[in-house]
Order: sequence, then C-alpha cells, then structure tokens
Amino acid sequence: MAYSDELYQQVIIEHNKKPRNFFDMEDSTHNCHGYNPLCGDDYEIYLKIGDDGIIQAVSFNGSGCAISKASASLMTTFLIGKSVEESRTVFEQFHKMVLGEFDPDKSENVLGKLKLFKGVQNFPSRIKCASLCWHTMVGAVDKNETVSTE
Amino acid sequence: MADTNVTDKVSPILDVDKIRQDFPVLSKTIHGKPLIYLDNGATTQKPWAVINRVKEFDSDEYGTVRRGAYKLCEDSTKYYEETRQKVADLLGTPNKNEIVFTSGTTQSINLVAHSFSRRFINEGDEIIISNIEHHANTVPWQIVCQERGAKLKVIPVSDSGELIMEEYEKLLSDKTRIVAVNHVSNALGTVNPVREITEKAHAIGAKVLIDGAQSTPHLKLNVKELDCDFYTFSGHKMYGPSGIGGLYGRMELLEEMPPYVTGGDMIMQVTLEKTTYAKPPAKFEAGTPPISQVVGLGAAIDYITNIGLDKIFDYELELLEYGTEVLKQVPGLRIIGNAKDKASIISFYHDSVHPHDIVTLMDQEGIELRGGHHCAQPTMIRFGVPATARASMSFYNKKEELDALAEAMKKAVKMFEG
Repeated sequence: MAYSDELYQQVIIEHNKKPRNFFDMEDSTHNCHGYNPLCGDDYEIYLKIGDDGIIQAVSFNGSGCAISKASASLMTTFLIGKSVEESRTVFEQFHKMVLGEFDPDKSENVLGKLKLFKGVQNFPSRIKCASLCWHTMVGAVDKNETVSTE
Repeated sequence: MADTNVTDKVSPILDVDKIRQDFPVLSKTIHGKPLIYLDNGATTQKPWAVINRVKEFDSDEYGTVRRGAYKLCEDSTKYYEETRQKVADLLGTPNKNEIVFTSGTTQSINLVAHSFSRRFINEGDEIIISNIEHHANTVPWQIVCQERGAKLKVIPVSDSGELIMEEYEKLLSDKTRIVAVNHVSNALGTVNPVREITEKAHAIGAKVLIDGAQSTPHLKLNVKELDCDFYTFSGHKMYGPSGIGGLYGRMELLEEMPPYVTGGDMIMQVTLEKTTYAKPPAKFEAGTPPISQVVGLGAAIDYITNIGLDKIFDYELELLEYGTEVLKQVPGLRIIGNAKDKASIISFYHDSVHPHDIVTLMDQEGIELRGGHHCAQPTMIRFGVPATARASMSFYNKKEELDALAEAMKKAVKMFEG
C-alpha cells in the first residue's frame, strides 16, 4: 500500500466525488462559516437541532480539498440523530485522533467509521483540512458566525 | 506530443547533470523517491559554493561590520561591501551605494512604501499596483493609503494573465505618485513590460517600484536600462541564504527619503536633542545586519554569474515550453496564466483534484510543488479559482522531472476520477 493510500482511502475519494448532504439548508437552526486561510478550504455548515437537543439534520456547502470535503460529508451522515453533547464528544475524539493524540484502535471510542481519518496524523499539513468542518460544527452549535483554523 | 527520445531532453545550453552535483539536496530522496524540486518560486536550493563559503566565514572569519578597527571586523566589512558591489553589478547600477541590504523583498517594499510615502504621498494622491501582485506588494500600499489618505488603483489583467496596458494608461494621472508592479508574477509567471510601465509613469512624473523577487535569478537585468526608481530582490530565491535581500533605489530618492528602521549604524551623530543621519545606504541599514547571509549572497551571485544569466534564462525558457507541453497532455488540466512573455513558472488547476491534494499526492512521488493562493489572493479571485498548484523551475531542473510530474498528475487524476 502506498503511503498516500493511508490518507486517500476509497471511501474518502468517493465522498469527495459525491458529497452527502451537500446543500444550503433553508430551515437550519444553527449555521457557521469555516475557513482555512492556508488552503482556502471554505464551507458553511448547517444544523437543525430540535428542542430536545437532538440533531435532526446536518448539511454543508462550499469548496475545498478532498480531505476537507470528505470529512464534512462523513460528518453530516454521522451526526444525524445524535445529541449536541454527543457531537461534542465525537469532535473531541476526532480532533485528538487526527492530531495523533488518541488511538481509536487502542481505546474505547465513539468514532465508528470516522476512524478512516486516522491516517491524517501522518500528514501534518492536512490535519486542519480534516478538522475544519468539525470546528465549524461546534462553532455553529455555539452560535459563532465564523470559524478559522488559524 | 510526439514521443521524444532521451537525446532531445539533453539541452545544448547547459550541462545540467554537472550543475546538479553542485547542489547536495538534489541527490536526496523524499518518501523513498528521488527528490524533484519544483518550488523554486518559493525558495531555491543552495549550491556547495554558498554552503561552504558561509561555513568558512562563520568558522574562521566572522566579525561585526562597520564599527570596529580590528582585523575580523575590517575583513567582515570588506566582504560585506564586496557583496554590495556584486549586487550592484548584477542589477546594473554603477553606484553601489544605491543598493540597500534588507531582509528580503517584503522588507524592501515596506521600506519604500513607508519611507517614500512619508516624504512624497499626501491626501488625495494615488498609488497604482496591478491585479497580479504578491501580498507583499499589495498590503503595504493599502496601509499607506489608509495612513496618508491616498487612493489605491489597480491595473486589470487579461484572461491570459497580461496587464491591460490601455487600462494602465487610463489610471495614470497627475495625482499618481508611484506605480508598484512585479517584474514576474509569482502566481502566473507573467513577465510584465516594466520598461514601458516605467516610461509611461515617468512621463507624468510618477515614480516606479519593480518587485523583482521572481525575476532576479532568472532574467538578465539592468535597472538603469529599465530606468525604474526602485527594484527589490530576495537572496533565498537566487540560491543564497534566507533573511537577506535588497533594494536598489535611485540615489536622489534615497537621499530625500526619511529613514525607516532607526537605531545604530544609520546615524551620523546623535545627541539627546538631535540626530543627523548617515548617507544611503547606511541610512536604511540600522542595527547589525545578517553578516554571514550577506557573505553567502555574494557567493550565490558569483555562482550564477559563472553559469551565465543568458544561459540560465534560455535554458529555463526551454523548461517552461517543455513543461507546458507535457502538462497539457494531462486530461482536464488547465494552465492558469498563458501570457506570451512568461518566466519558468507554471500554475495549474484541475476540476477533479484540488491543488492541496495535488501537492500531497506529488509529494508522495518525491515531487515538491506549491499549492495554494501563492500570497496572491486577488489573482486567484480574478481567475475564479480558490488556489492553484504551481511548478516553478530552475536551471537545475531536467525535462525528465517534468515528465515525471505529468505522469504523476495523470495517475492522480485517474485516482480521483476513478
């Protein structure tokens, strides 16, 4: 396996080509703009959160590299039906995993298929690409208007 | 493209294989593959001549400059001033005191922007830049405009990446104080008609700064023939150390301009009441300069002068043409910047593979490229792309390396399109 296959796994390539939930949500309750000035990755993340704190819908729109787009696409499919609190836990574990500070293969975790992004830790310049949508999602929940990776 | 055989790839202009032996890094491997270094627009690699000269100077000869009457200091000062002479010869001025050492192009432009504006720019005046400038030749002028109440005007660029000269002429007025444009665009490779730009600016009494960061090691230059008022360059883009560069400034302007950074070495006499300044270039060189780096820059100039700037230019044009041709064979690849007159920079975009993915994938093949907005966001906006991938070539690059890039790009496109 080539070193880059660790980063560009088939699922990531596929989500980049056909991103899920890739649209502007008209009736979102929360949204936030995320920008990575280094790469120019630029996304809006939308959430519809019920009164019970459960995420009913997630979508995103914008442009960026394959890693940022696939990460956002997988995030949208992963968060639907989760509570805001659960989504924060996922964010924290995901962030630590891509930084190489948390190994989901060795510790109990809630990451499921998001473990695909574990290989990002070997590409320091791409960590922000993978985590941008997650920072932006938390920014939306916290009612920030915009989030930057710098 | 017809299948070229290997003999076509050996240039009659330069013995590239021999030159490559002068650069130790070029025999290294990256991720197990031979290094193919194509980010020369960002920074160039160093030949042994530079590495060894700096090592020798730091080991055996180092002392401060200008201020001591002892052997180490006198020798260091001699080498320091010899490099100033070499820069003057390279840029084509007979007066070496028109060369100011700075940390590089960014500092050179900031020096001119701030010092020139304090003396010459007032409310209502106008400054002209272009749509294809590096942020280093954009942001300082925006700040000057805010501080002085001046107005920034921008020369538009055609779809091929050339400045629209008719529009430039319309922007010039009796309010124009300075025109600041690059000689070669770092994002597109366009060589701008700086002689003509200068002539037209001078006709209405405006001054001209040329950002020479991308041109200095690639084009044969003569600031007196160009007739520009300021010319800037960076040492690390011309095979020298980082942290050193310079500014050519017309002497009568340097004399009239106030100091920018102040402190030691830039003074004639200081009392608690009043300070008189040293003459240029010392007036603009406050503090202890990067001495070893200046010595290294001198060695870099000797190195490229020995190869010959004419040969460098001709060979790099050959690389540009060859690289353009092979990259055009990659399905879906678009070259951004197709000016008639270009230096050895190819910026490109692909709808299926984002520039940052291109950079990561090429890196896996040992090919080092730049991807991003190249500190030229207004250029990216103009061409409707978020970023580009950029191959910037040097005389130590080979056509086979550009073949490798094109092949790796084809592989990346296939991987992403499936």
